[in-house]
Amino acid sequence: MESKQAGPERISPSNCAGRGCGGGDTLDRLPAAIRERVHNHPCFSADAHHHYARMHVAVAPACNIQCHYCNRKYDCANESRPGVVSELLEPQQAAAKVAAVAAHIPQLAVVGIAGPGDPLANPERTFATFRLIAERTPDLRLCVSTNGLALPETVDTLCRYNIEHVTVTINCLDPDIGAEIYPWVFWNNRRVRGRKGAEILIEQQQLGLERLVERGMLVKVNSVLIPGVNDQHLTEVSRAVKAKGAFLHNLMPLIAAPEHGTFYGLMGQRAPRASELRALQTACAGEMAIMRHCKQCRADAVGMLGDDRSAEFTRERIATLEIDDDAALARRAATREAIERRRQAATPALVPVATLSPPRPTTRAARIAVASSDGRRVDQHFGQAERFLVYEVDEQGERLLDDRPLARYCNGAEHCDEDDDALAPALAALADCAMVLCARIGLTPWEGLEAAGIRPNGELAMSPIEQALHAAHRELADLGALSVDEPQCATLSA
Amino acid sequence: MALKITAGCVNCWACEPLCPSAAIEPASPHFYIDPVACCECAGTYAEPQCASICPIEGAIVDACGGALNPPGSLTGIPPDLLEQARARIRAR
Ligand code: SF4
Ligand code: SF4
Repeated sequence: MESKQAGPERISPSNCAGRGCGGGDTLDRLPAAIRERVHNHPCFSADAHHHYARMHVAVAPACNIQCHYCNRKYDCANESRPGVVSELLEPQQAAAKVAAVAAHIPQLAVVGIAGPGDPLANPERTFATFRLIAERTPDLRLCVSTNGLALPETVDTLCRYNIEHVTVTINCLDPDIGAEIYPWVFWNNRRVRGRKGAEILIEQQQLGLERLVERGMLVKVNSVLIPGVNDQHLTEVSRAVKAKGAFLHNLMPLIAAPEHGTFYGLMGQRAPRASELRALQTACAGEMAIMRHCKQCRADAVGMLGDDRSAEFTRERIATLEIDDDAALARRAATREAIERRRQAATPALVPVATLSPPRPTTRAARIAVASSDGRRVDQHFGQAERFLVYEVDEQGERLLDDRPLARYCNGAEHCDEDDDALAPALAALADCAMVLCARIGLTPWEGLEAAGIRPNGELAMSPIEQALHAAHRELADLGALSVDEPQCATLSA
Repeated sequence: MALKITAGCVNCWACEPLCPSAAIEPASPHFYIDPVACCECAGTYAEPQCASICPIEGAIVDACGGALNPPGSLTGIPPDLLEQARARIRAR
């Protein structure tokens, strides 16, 4: 039954070498009762993400605050990749999509509402969706994320649904720092600006967190690391949210590029270096369980982590599908049972709680660029790529650092217009990358890249990006380019 | 009197559920305020709700074309201090 599914076997444990794609230090540190609850959640349990699928439905468009790292043309930047627009669904359509996906991907375990705006700023749409999902697919667990402003007043309603966990994005506790991140919030029918607005938001987030924990809800906290703004402050945030009972802290790097049109992007706020993010994750790991294998999915992602199948479930296609909800439910139950049998056989129950420090990596991280037209697969010819997605990849997983349009690297017309120097912008754009993945590549650019110390790779054509990145990282490791003892070379640490 | 949505609108939906007169509807190329239904929130709220949540400067204007959220009012940075702010942020 599962053989059709790309996930379990192909993203094989060898990728993760038993370290669980960065989840290793996530679940190990949780109390047993919580581990039990998130054991099957692909976003939390590193092992589960090889077996179970999740999906997001984009039903909640409106937002009640402004974050300087968000451009409202696109999905909420707290939860999604930047620059992505999800197709907005009505609650009915969302429930139909969930039923369709659940019938075709029996590994589906969790459905989340993360946007495209703030789910709790759209309470009617969000809760109508949860209600309809619970009617048609009662076995699926739900999750929701929020900026927290409307959280305290919605806690009671949230607790009425089969909601497994709530994610709150908390970037600060100090309103002076908050004023640098949130220019305003909409509160009691007025726009409240600056420090005062940030103060209200922070109070609501903390109150919401406390109330959820009181009710026994699992709460995860997301924080965006913004250099020079909250970088010194996030260990305190980590400590505080742990003390209040959050079970997991997910530290995410700010992604700020001018072409995303965000305030930070346009004002030249820099993103954190991978080393800064890692240092903070390590510092906070002393405080509480830190999540490292988050993929910053789209607000309409579908499928196994790292293999987005949302394109298969368009509204048109869903309308033509005939679904037997009861049969699908039985199939999911059987699939789950089979998965759990396999997992039990493969691992001695859960990972022991005693693994308190993250395993020492045996290889370094590498920057790898990808030529992709849709952000999902390695599907572009090197010469046709107008932009490259640049990832930082290590044994723990991968993170999108940057979306680099070549136009940004054209230094005047002399460079970009002449054929013989057509490679120059690409070389400039990829200067800090160890490898570039593309569907195909000509001999001339191949040689040019090699001469510049960037390894071209066309062998992973059409693979899902995440899978390709893991394979590429392994290849670099096998080539001996990433051993930890070697001094970091400039191209990798820039 | 009625407010009006301009081409600056990014179709974010924030205003739509707040309107006490149900005057706002999604439309192409951008959201639209029914000028007959809109009362500028008079008698219901102290401030027009759509303009109080709209994230885009200049997207909502009054009958005379004046922006309810003029440049700098939503970023919190007056236009003449923009370069200074940029320099401060770049230095981070
Ligand atoms: S001003 Fe008030 S009544 Fe008019 S469209 Fe905006 S919210 Fe509706
Ligand atoms: S809040 Fe502003 S940008 Fe958003 S839909 Fe309404 S008018 Fe358009």
